[in-house]
Amino acid sequence: MTAQDGFIYIKSVSKLFGSLRAVDDISFTIREGEFFSLLGPSGCGKTTLLRMLAGFEYPTEGEIYIDGQPMSGVAPNSRATNMVFQNYAIFPHLDVRQNIAYGLRNRQMTKAAIDDAVDKALHLIKMPSYGHRKPHQLSGGQRQRVALARALVCQPKVLLLDEPLGALDKKLREEMQLELRQLQQSVGITFVFVTHDQEEALTMSDRIAVMSKGRVLQIDTAQQLYEEPNCREVAGFIGSMNFIDGRLLSTSHGDHVVDAGPFGQLRVTAKEGQVLHGNVTIAVRPEKITLSETPFPSSQENVVKGRLAARAYLGDRNHYYVETVHNLVPMAVARQNMIREGQVDHLVGKDIWLSWSPTSAVLLNAASS
Amino acid sequence: MGSRLRPSALGTYAVLFLIFLYGPVLLLPLFSVNDSIYITFPLKGFTFNWYQQMSQNDQMINALKASLKVAASVSVIATTLGFIAAKAVTRFALPGRALFVGFIMLPLIIPSLVLALALLVVLRKILGFELSLMTVAAGHVMLCVPFSMLILISRLEGFDRNLEEAAYDLGDSALKVLVRVTLPLVWPAIVSSLLLCFTASFDEYLIAAFLSGSDGTLPVFIFSQLRFPQNLPGVLALGSCILVGSVILVTLAEVVRRRGGPVKESGALVS
Repeated sequence: MTAQDGFIYIKSVSKLFGSLRAVDDISFTIREGEFFSLLGPSGCGKTTLLRMLAGFEYPTEGEIYIDGQPMSGVAPNSRATNMVFQNYAIFPHLDVRQNIAYGLRNRQMTKAAIDDAVDKALHLIKMPSYGHRKPHQLSGGQRQRVALARALVCQPKVLLLDEPLGALDKKLREEMQLELRQLQQSVGITFVFVTHDQEEALTMSDRIAVMSKGRVLQIDTAQQLYEEPNCREVAGFIGSMNFIDGRLLSTSHGDHVVDAGPFGQLRVTAKEGQVLHGNVTIAVRPEKITLSETPFPSSQENVVKGRLAARAYLGDRNHYYVETVHNLVPMAVARQNMIREGQVDHLVGKDIWLSWSPTSAVLLNAASS
Repeated sequence: MGSRLRPSALGTYAVLFLIFLYGPVLLLPLFSVNDSIYITFPLKGFTFNWYQQMSQNDQMINALKASLKVAASVSVIATTLGFIAAKAVTRFALPGRALFVGFIMLPLIIPSLVLALALLVVLRKILGFELSLMTVAAGHVMLCVPFSMLILISRLEGFDRNLEEAAYDLGDSALKVLVRVTLPLVWPAIVSSLLLCFTASFDEYLIAAFLSGSDGTLPVFIFSQLRFPQNLPGVLALGSCILVGSVILVTLAEVVRRRGGPVKESGALVS
């Protein structure tokens, strides 16, 4: 993607706090109308990046362009961005209507036009009768909606959201995720969403940037991130993953052959354009592995023998932990609970065979450090 | 039973404590209507003479006016300065912040006597100012800024900085953020600061005694009147009026503060 495609263009941006590089030479673009998430553990620089988009912080190096305009020296109050804060930052001395109208009062608008806009916003967040409530009379979810309405009513080009669902309980959060996504599609505004919750990012986003230690590791769709992580860190951060270290031996018929030590030779389907070095790591998702009480008939599949160490019941699925030969870390295998019975507790402690197809695994360069 | 005795013992202690605290103060209105110039029991009879005498004592009324003028200007100036300092300390990463705060707080620790002497030397001998109510006010401002700053710092630290950022983000200029968000939320602390500075200045004696010229403030005047027993009941009458006035003032301030809207999320209302 070139800079011209980007509605937001982040160009070689770094942010230093003292000697700490909170954001370290990041470059990428965000498309117009996209729901874009910044995902990473706390302290990875995602909030700092968001605050630079809002104008609360300025990059130490690099430049941010929004809609083609360089943003350095542009204060938050003259940017076409609005922010939804983590704790909502609803003004406690104003009622709901006054909160929503707050930004509009800074514009050349008649009182009637403002009232009209506020009415529409209240309707949008499904709280038409809450206009005269004070913030302390609202629930967490309602405050969140008011914060959203207050920002959207200003019709920003970009809406910035700083973990807006973090303070809500699980059920409400899932509802709001859906609502937020629908809202974004109906208003068509570019959303930049910061979260440390991978499930949240995967559910809502068009694209996700996975961040760690001030850098962007991978920017992709949810499916790409999950199925084709480009490094061990991303693979480990999103979902759960089994890793097997080995050496790349050869590539034949579109398959890489890996010498995985005690596991013998394992095959992984080659990915076009991927540059691999000698030391590699095979990554397999737990749900891509098949379990069997008896040895598999010889086949193209990768087969590993182990001993069933434990089973964790998670309701919708079971996680099996399998100790493999010479392998200290047990491999995880997930299986959906399709039928009520079918427990295999009697197998715990017994030998078991695992199998997965070469297309289900991903080959990564072993961590260089 | 110990557990039953304890509350009543505590109650007795509380009552005694309150008597100790407020008893002497309540003697003031009592003797101000007593028909005798000597402040001794038994009471002689009821009279409003002393109130009449008070209102005709021009010197005393002038001293009262002087004190009110000084206290009013001191409370406004000290609170303004205190607010600016508190804002700087809580909102910006000031280099040497601790040192800065320490210097402003210093007048709280330095004995007033030393402060008053030092101020007298500086104002009179070095800067060559005539002593007046202005010099008294200047000394009081110095004394009151630390109080005001302490109250306002705790309030400013108590409320969410994101609120100011949100206002800024929604298009406010820095000045508008101050008027539309910061001041309404800090308002209760400003009221407390104004009140505290007013009272601190109103009854301050040492600095006022050193720095006032021909027209003294009320405490200075009253102290000078103690030599004349016949004037004492008039002073008691004035004292009673001030007592009533301050009770009304504090009650009003409390009502205003409560109506100003408690900020639930921001924790304590007043430091």
